[in-house]
Amino acid sequence: MKELTYDAVVIGGGAAGMAAARELDAAGCSCAIVEREERLGGILGQCIHNGFGLIEFNEELTGPEFAERMEERVRGTGVAVYTGATVMEVDAAPEIKSLFCYSASFGVIRLNARAIVLAMGCRERNRGNIRIPGDRPAGVYTAGLAQRLVNIEGFVPGRNVVVIGSGDIGLIMARRMSWIGCKVHAVVEILPYPSGLTRNIVQCLHDFGIPLYLSHLTTRIIGRERVEGVEITPIENGALMHEKSFVIPCDTVLLSVGLVPENELSKDAGVELNPMTNGPVVDSMLMTSVPGVFACGNVLHVHDLVDYVVEEAKRAGANVARWLKGERPQAEARIKAGPNVRYVAPSRADPSRDNKIYLRSLVVKNEASLEIRVNNRVVRTVKKAHIQPSEMLSVDLSRADLATCSGSPDPTVEIALA
Amino acid sequence: MSEELICITCPMGCRLKVDRRDDGTLSVTGNRCARGIKYAEEELLDPKRMVSATAKVSKPGAGLDAVSRVPVRTSVPCRKEAIGDLLADIYALTVDLPVARGQTLIQNWKGSGVDVLATRTLP
Amino acid sequence: MKTGSGRYDVCIVGAGVCGANIARRLSAYELDVVLVDKYADVSFGVSKGNSGIIHGGFHHGRQHLKARLEIQGAMMFDRLRQELDFPFKRCGIVVAAFHEDEMRAIEQLYMQGVDNGVIGIEMCSRERMLELEPKLNPDVLGGLWVPGGGIVEPYRFVFSLVESARKNGVELLTDFKVSAAARSGDEWTVRAEDGRSIKARYVVNAAGLFADEVSAVFGAEEFAIKARKGEYYLLDRLSKARTERVVFPVPTSVSKGMLVIPTVEGTVLIGPTADMVDDKGDAATTREHLEKILSSARAMIPAISENDVITSFAGLRPTLGDDFYIEMSKKVPAFAQVAGIQSPGLTASPAIGEYVKDLLKKAGLKLKEKVDYDPFVGKRPHVKDLSPYEVDQLAAADPAYANMVCRCEKVSEAEIVEAVRAGHTTLDGIKYFTRAQMGRCQGGFCTYKIMKIIMRETGLSYSDITKNGGESRMLKDEL
Repeated sequence: MKELTYDAVVIGGGAAGMAAARELDAAGCSCAIVEREERLGGILGQCIHNGFGLIEFNEELTGPEFAERMEERVRGTGVAVYTGATVMEVDAAPEIKSLFCYSASFGVIRLNARAIVLAMGCRERNRGNIRIPGDRPAGVYTAGLAQRLVNIEGFVPGRNVVVIGSGDIGLIMARRMSWIGCKVHAVVEILPYPSGLTRNIVQCLHDFGIPLYLSHLTTRIIGRERVEGVEITPIENGALMHEKSFVIPCDTVLLSVGLVPENELSKDAGVELNPMTNGPVVDSMLMTSVPGVFACGNVLHVHDLVDYVVEEAKRAGANVARWLKGERPQAEARIKAGPNVRYVAPSRADPSRDNKIYLRSLVVKNEASLEIRVNNRVVRTVKKAHIQPSEMLSVDLSRADLATCSGSPDPTVEIALA
Repeated sequence: MSEELICITCPMGCRLKVDRRDDGTLSVTGNRCARGIKYAEEELLDPKRMVSATAKVSKPGAGLDAVSRVPVRTSVPCRKEAIGDLLADIYALTVDLPVARGQTLIQNWKGSGVDVLATRTLP
Repeated sequence: MKTGSGRYDVCIVGAGVCGANIARRLSAYELDVVLVDKYADVSFGVSKGNSGIIHGGFHHGRQHLKARLEIQGAMMFDRLRQELDFPFKRCGIVVAAFHEDEMRAIEQLYMQGVDNGVIGIEMCSRERMLELEPKLNPDVLGGLWVPGGGIVEPYRFVFSLVESARKNGVELLTDFKVSAAARSGDEWTVRAEDGRSIKARYVVNAAGLFADEVSAVFGAEEFAIKARKGEYYLLDRLSKARTERVVFPVPTSVSKGMLVIPTVEGTVLIGPTADMVDDKGDAATTREHLEKILSSARAMIPAISENDVITSFAGLRPTLGDDFYIEMSKKVPAFAQVAGIQSPGLTASPAIGEYVKDLLKKAGLKLKEKVDYDPFVGKRPHVKDLSPYEVDQLAAADPAYANMVCRCEKVSEAEIVEAVRAGHTTLDGIKYFTRAQMGRCQGGFCTYKIMKIIMRETGLSYSDITKNGGESRMLKDEL
């Protein structure tokens, strides 16, 4: 078996993996990307709509364009790229870690590295995860699979569509299906507010007159062989109103009911996960509980914009380079999610540096404020014009913010929204 | 008669109320900033959308990773009411490989100033 | 293989676990045997949606045929596994009691088991139960331990049986829905709905849920099979709730109760419910029942979390009285009834194969052993079970073994191709054969790849790709 050694190996060649690898290369570390698809770019390749890149490239790009621009940055460097290669096993030993990569073009190779960057992205939650009862016919697709079938493979999965869940992929697919001549009959959302961006509600639903049923649960999928309809039940005051259930006839159901970080390899490597994000618990350097194993992008927590994925991954790449050179964070402060905050990532901050923290709100609110509390004392308040769960928030924790951490045995930073 | 709109310029999602004055100009309320007025004017007087789609590749290769469609987008937003016709023309295209990202596949579609560009390089 | 019009000695209607066992057993003799099924693939009926348990032989008294066949069948599995290479493990069964009156029921089960000759059956204290299955609710009072009980992947068992039968000359006709039959001379003519027909001297009715309809087509006994629905949840292989043993509650008068089953392939199955339904096509799951499963299973294994659920499904059991109905028809000649095979049908099925072989012999079928009968099927490599070094060697001969298609269950392109070449050309057929699409993403990532492999290997058009045959088409159009 062929064996190769790098300073660091990045698992996953999407936006996060490419950004991290490029930083590692720029910092003088040898590094490889292992990507299971034939081409770099990850899921961006099938996201043919625009709306990407406003932060990273200062222009509005489609997914394929964003991916290709990122790929060009990597191709011009010393980063070794293995595409069509799946990492099947990780041995995260303390000093030298090994990864076994399977590929039709070279069989199995073993890559050794002092550091690993997890950048595997996320997967879609499916029918089983949200437990929709009923028949099990053909025609039930996750929105991302349908997107792949339409945009890359050129197939039409169905003609009369109901989208379950109002996540952005579902909304984008509602427009895409309409634009290929299909009829989208409804988008059904269990929550009282849409999960996707307002922009997508307007341009993907209102433009096509697609009704959005908020506070409605899909209680049954109907159809023995192929989908024939879905039963929808309104929720009032938290209770299902079965007597008000109705059926929407359709031949296709697209599910857009959330994304989950893909951490099966991380679990194999012994990485501790945060049950709130389903991603690894990481320190201020974005390093997981296993020394030398780092994580960034959607495998760490699901981001709303790819531009933020890249921003975080660049930082991860730079941190890995620092770590490889022997730098270790000192006396980190614990960061915890305070009132109205679903999660914060990373879980630790380094008081001797400036830190960037991402978080998600549990509530929808205009004119909100974000509080940074150190050891239960408010050190800074930031105004936020609008917060909602589907939009990721970020806050810079500066050295000044964390000044009072020193001298405290177990400094704790709490981020709160109000 | 007033029309209602949700401003999508930023995530605040202001609910705009728009009335058409006799001179054809608009009176906008409900906006928190000036961008709301601009949005309402564009949306009601000349609505446009960026369009993305895919076009057929003339000779798709064999194999599991063969690509049969090339993704495309408009160079600038297209008038909303023309989108259906534009899509029909995109779906009627057959693109010969190789194709480069940014390559113009349809130039100045029907004199509208809208080009259709490939968004992915395919060898 | 789908254009049969020949003459056979025996026609077996229904390629579920009973039909497959009977076909394989008969394939050891100098006979022309045809196995027909109305679905697009074998094991698509009752046999695909059940608990996959090799029962312990203590649930039924031996006055029942099903108890005797259960005990005999259970003992045949070790040898069958050697010959047929399907996933099977004797992980043992515990029955957990949480109340004093349940302990009395345990005692009865124990005595019944001893009476039936169950090897190694044991009454357990609380400590013993928790030692055998540490994930049990610590409130357990005691229970029963049956070390010989086990788990099997039922469809894989059927696939292997059918593969072995075909290797030994049995012909398989799928999409063959029996719609008419007539006896002339010493021969049955059996017609399918699509116009195909075959002739056979003997017919075995192993049509599962539809055995009553098939019996009627042949003018044999009138009876009514009722469907009892069982709903299940499947949990991720990384679930903390994965037990070491199959965990049973104390049974009720109508069912064996809801179980926690650590499947051979590493996932966890919980269920089933047991509800009579009027419609034999109704395999829909329901919200109320699924909630009931979670709470019942959690009462036994508290670590079960709804966050680990990857899918739910329902299977239908063919019920007919309180025992199996296996005998030659008294109304029409040369027609064997194998009906009402509900639990423990899977366990009993190898013994049913023997039993039906003997019935046919008594009815005049000449059995002459084949000299070249080969009970073994070739072992197929599964990347999931191999070390990277082994996969590297395999890939040197066939690179498709290193091309991963299903990341959740670790299935390579080569294994998908094997499935297609073995005749499994629907997405469900490939799922049951290879496990691709069966893991946590439920096909979110690999479905399109599998469709493309099917098209490449078979030449089928996109519009012919189905989930499980019939009108279950996956794609409506091409752009």
